[in-house]
Amino acid sequence: MNIQPLEFEQPILELEQKLNDLKRRLSERNIDLTSEVGQMQKKIEATRREIYTNLTAWQRVQIARHTARPFFLDYIQQAFTDFVELKGDRLFGDDASMPCGLARIGGIRCAVIGQQKGRDVKENLLRNFGSPHPEGYRKALRVMRIAEKFGFPVVTLIDTPGAYPGVGAEERHIAEAIAVNIREMMVLRTPVVAVVIGEGGSGGALGIGVADRVLMLENAYYSVISPEGCAAILWKHRKHAPEAAEALKLDAAGLLEMGLIDGIVPEPLGGAHRDPTVAAANLQTAVLAALRDILEIPVEKLLAQRYDKFRKMGVFQE
Amino acid sequence: MAIFKKPILRPRIGKTREMPEGLWTKCPSCGEVIHNLALSENLHVCPKCSHHFTLGSRERIASLVDPDTFEEIDAPLDSVDVLGFKAVSTYTDRLASYKKKTGLIDAIVTGTGKISGHSLGIGVMDFHFLAATLGSVVGEKVTRVIELATERRMPVVLVCASGGARMYEGVLSLMQLAKTSGALARHAQAKLPYIAVLTNPTTAGVMASYASLGDIIIAEPKSMIGFAGPRVIRETTHQTLPSDFQTAEFLEKHGLIDLIVHRAKMRSTLGDLLGYFSTK
Ligand SMILES: [Zn+2]
Repeated sequence: MNIQPLEFEQPILELEQKLNDLKRRLSERNIDLTSEVGQMQKKIEATRREIYTNLTAWQRVQIARHTARPFFLDYIQQAFTDFVELKGDRLFGDDASMPCGLARIGGIRCAVIGQQKGRDVKENLLRNFGSPHPEGYRKALRVMRIAEKFGFPVVTLIDTPGAYPGVGAEERHIAEAIAVNIREMMVLRTPVVAVVIGEGGSGGALGIGVADRVLMLENAYYSVISPEGCAAILWKHRKHAPEAAEALKLDAAGLLEMGLIDGIVPEPLGGAHRDPTVAAANLQTAVLAALRDILEIPVEKLLAQRYDKFRKMGVFQE
Repeated sequence: MAIFKKPILRPRIGKTREMPEGLWTKCPSCGEVIHNLALSENLHVCPKCSHHFTLGSRERIASLVDPDTFEEIDAPLDSVDVLGFKAVSTYTDRLASYKKKTGLIDAIVTGTGKISGHSLGIGVMDFHFLAATLGSVVGEKVTRVIELATERRMPVVLVCASGGARMYEGVLSLMQLAKTSGALARHAQAKLPYIAVLTNPTTAGVMASYASLGDIIIAEPKSMIGFAGPRVIRETTHQTLPSDFQTAEFLEKHGLIDLIVHRAKMRSTLGDLLGYFSTK
């Protein structure tokens, strides 16, 4: 795949062009530049490492939104096996922005739910840019109920800019669909692991995000509002999105520090899209570790721990 | 209302009509000029067209709860600028200015009391304070009043109004949706009734949690109620929105709420409903 570089990756891009020039000269003139090539490659690697270990919140948002980034169904292919999709909310329709189904991960059977974005216009028409309607949330709850009934754990992979803001979504009560999912997930009698794999867009994310273990990919973000939306309201202009991203503390490390998530899944250097296979392997390892942690906990204890975890979230003085 | 004489207002060229400050309020719906005392005595409802003005939490409690039965809980809970949030202004400054302006500490008053003799836990959000946004303090107070009601086997009434989650608290504010909804799940498991009253406006994060989870959901007439803001919807869909879009009447038409109740009837309606659920 030809990966579109991000703006802040420009220094890497320039070095890569220099390397290509070097290689061309090498082949044209038949001179030995092996050591120069090696040095250049090292320099590229070092620059990439330098950039990627000092990412700003806004840069992470851009990585999280990269269209080459692995999406839900890519992880289903690479980190899960035996996926069977289950469609429809039994009420109104199916929602292709939120595929659900049964699958196995490391041999463990589970219900899987996630938001799916598209890579081109046609895909996005189908997937609605990963923005679910009420049907998506109601289908997700239906599938969670199956998991609860048969004692499967639930794994959700979150990647949405937010629930869809539309007339139909309001008419069919998107707010209620999310609220009911949040309430029911707080007391769902089976283990739940949630991973934010890209964008964790507010209520649209939390609607499948109440879990015993909430993980985030290293470059994913999770936020109460989009940085652009926040900037438009609190800075009076969308152009302040980078500052808003910083202020909102929406990155994985910041959220882990505040105790709002339980763990971070490392990404390959340069982001999950640079090596989707490694990204999927890391995700699988992390989900399996989380599942092993909670699968043996008796359900009453699990529910008490889940309640207490979210119960403690809040900072105030008395 | 003929007790108060209306001021004579003459339109001036190039200027809108001037209002004598502090005494009179012009109804944004019908244009009626109402004396503030009359407005206050009428529960802040326009006597001419029934437009429901924003009602403060203290006045709301007085209008709903049996006299001398309300006992506030968790009054001192105070917000903290946990992220050190600085936009055009800082969260700390915003909090300070709203405290000064409203005399409130945050955007909700909670406690116990009685409605028509039925003991209950009640929370009333106050739109005057930072658009009644849902932050840690609101989330904690809502959760505590629900937990208290579960423990004492009491119904809960939450009078909602909100511009959404409190952005200044980042994901902490989002997690209040989980915390409050979890407390409601346990309250429901204990087979206790919860009534949500939606007032103008109730939106976004509060709608995506406790405002939508009532056994019974009541709205005040014409209240703006919805998840996404109309501007965002217009920009995303490029659609013309229905004229009654996201009003209480729109929600009633689409089957999303039980009842629309005039403010003057709210207390008796709640009393009647609580009577049905009462085990006494
Ligand atoms: Zn009026």
